[in-house]
Amino acid sequence: MADTARNTRVVGGWSRPSGGSHRSGTAPRSSGTLLWALPPVAALALFFLYPLALVVQQSFQPDSGGTSLQPYTDVFASDAFRHALWTTVWLAAASTVGCLVLGFLLALVIAFVPFPGAKAVSRFIDVFLSFPSFLITLSLLFIYGSVGMANGAWTDLTGAASGPFQFLTTPWGVLLAEVTYFTPFVMRPLLAAFSQLDTAQLEAASSLGARAPRIVRQVILPEALPALAAGGSLVLVLCLNEFGIVLFTGAKGVTTLPMLVYSKAILESDYPGACVVAVVNVLISVGLYSLYRVVSRRAGA
Amino acid sequence: MGIRFDSVTVAYDGNVVLDSLDLTVEPGEVMALLGPSGSGKTTALRAVAGFVRPVSGRVLLGGRDVTDLPPYQRGIGMVVQQYALFPHMRVDENVAFGLKARRTAKSETRQRVAQALEMTGMAAYARRHPRELSGGQQQRVAIARALAIRPDVLLLDEPLSALDAQLRSGMLAELARLHRELPDVSMLYVTHDQVEALTLADRIAVMDKARLQACGTPKELYRSPADEFTASFVGGANLVPVTVGRAGVSFAGAELKVDTSGVLAGARATLCVRPHLVGLGEGPNRLVGTVTEIQWRGATHRLYVEVDGHSVMADLRELKDPPSLGDVVALHFASDDAVLLPAGVSHG
Repeated sequence: MADTARNTRVVGGWSRPSGGSHRSGTAPRSSGTLLWALPPVAALALFFLYPLALVVQQSFQPDSGGTSLQPYTDVFASDAFRHALWTTVWLAAASTVGCLVLGFLLALVIAFVPFPGAKAVSRFIDVFLSFPSFLITLSLLFIYGSVGMANGAWTDLTGAASGPFQFLTTPWGVLLAEVTYFTPFVMRPLLAAFSQLDTAQLEAASSLGARAPRIVRQVILPEALPALAAGGSLVLVLCLNEFGIVLFTGAKGVTTLPMLVYSKAILESDYPGACVVAVVNVLISVGLYSLYRVVSRRAGA
Repeated sequence: MGIRFDSVTVAYDGNVVLDSLDLTVEPGEVMALLGPSGSGKTTALRAVAGFVRPVSGRVLLGGRDVTDLPPYQRGIGMVVQQYALFPHMRVDENVAFGLKARRTAKSETRQRVAQALEMTGMAAYARRHPRELSGGQQQRVAIARALAIRPDVLLLDEPLSALDAQLRSGMLAELARLHRELPDVSMLYVTHDQVEALTLADRIAVMDKARLQACGTPKELYRSPADEFTASFVGGANLVPVTVGRAGVSFAGAELKVDTSGVLAGARATLCVRPHLVGLGEGPNRLVGTVTEIQWRGATHRLYVEVDGHSVMADLRELKDPPSLGDVVALHFASDDAVLLPAGVSHG
């Protein structure tokens, strides 16, 4: 019996094109191809790398003049920065976990529970992805804000001066808004992965005696892991850098790194300090992204 | 444990895909559901597994009505064309899946996994992942996984269709051996391949257009098919329209001697002769026609001869000096090799 595996299936729908790495190296590269590469590289350098370099440069130039690490030591020593760093990290982590759990459950229902309109819901998620993030926050304000619908109904009914829903200006409000807005970013890759899943596997599991929870845990979840990792890391990085949602909830006590950059640069005119925070923010994002690449490559995704 | 279909009808959106199936599979019997695609054979199997719900009728397993039971409570082993192994689990974990779902004790699980892998000849591959195995090996694992839960009923849905021809005959022998080793397990074997059905099945149920057309032992269906569809689908057949006379039938102006007992003289009927029972040259029951096609198949030649507007096939042991296209040749067949069927589509 021949031992060649003829039926390798792409788990979860993610694969790297196998022929991709063969192209370079063998064919001699002509100057023509280099010429083609020039415009995008130049544009990238001019519009992306140069401003980034300016930010890094500025972060080493305190207002007192010269080049030193003074802005860094100042910022790192401040309570505001440490607090913002902690708030940013835990909010991003909690939002990511929330998005993964909620996104996985919703995607499961849309993909595997046949109900009329599942296709329409799936399509709406694509549209949702194109919405600006502050729109969601705005709609939450309309519902749960201090003068929003929920509180309005409460004050009308009870005659009280203020309603019970005051969480929107707390970190929990930001968390709710971020989970609401970013969950579709997890669902999109998940739905793609689920559509690749062989229903015969689910049927085989079922006839072997497994009920739905076991099938989800042992058959669906392992095959969805690459998609969860992809969606989760995307959401994590987006949450770390989220600005609009935090701004629009009007949560005064919630200062994340992007908010700190904004307040230092615009309100305090402390440009070196703002640049330091920005550099830290960029480093965290890039660091997490590299970590994700290493982990996902090791997982064979 | 036997399987009984009691007037089982399955429809999707009013479109009937299985029409009032009545069929009984005896305990320990291998029943092949044979038919072209869209004949309803897979639907029948899925109704036993519990993946489709009949709109009417009952499905019984060992006398117990399981029509309303979910798949996981039916205790059925199932093997499908594309193996459906869990890709992230090793071979032994795949085989243990059903036992774990049933909360079988660990020591017994280990023992039964080993036993099932032994039985399918896959013991050496227990620590591999499915992607490291060939198609035939993956299908053995799928069979081991289905057998590990010790089902009384094994459902096989085109299990060999994804394998190449050589592997297929090997696996067919393996399945026959498994059946001998597990004489109490009833098997429902869905296939469109008549060779698989003839080789493996105790009885064959021929399906077409959502209906059961015929049911019988392979020999009965092959030697004396009841209708044109069964005759041509099981084994292939020459079907020519004839008029029944007193001691034979007339076709293309020739009188052919065949057994006409039970058929009224003057009636229209279909004469069925297997291609390999047709001889070249002069003989009794002679048909004369023009050669329109010659296929060399190694051990045999297949001739297509047009006799009075009807194509007659003859499978002949490799000819030293085959006729050419357009030659007029005589064919013949023995009287007891022909069967008369009720007139059907071959009458146009």
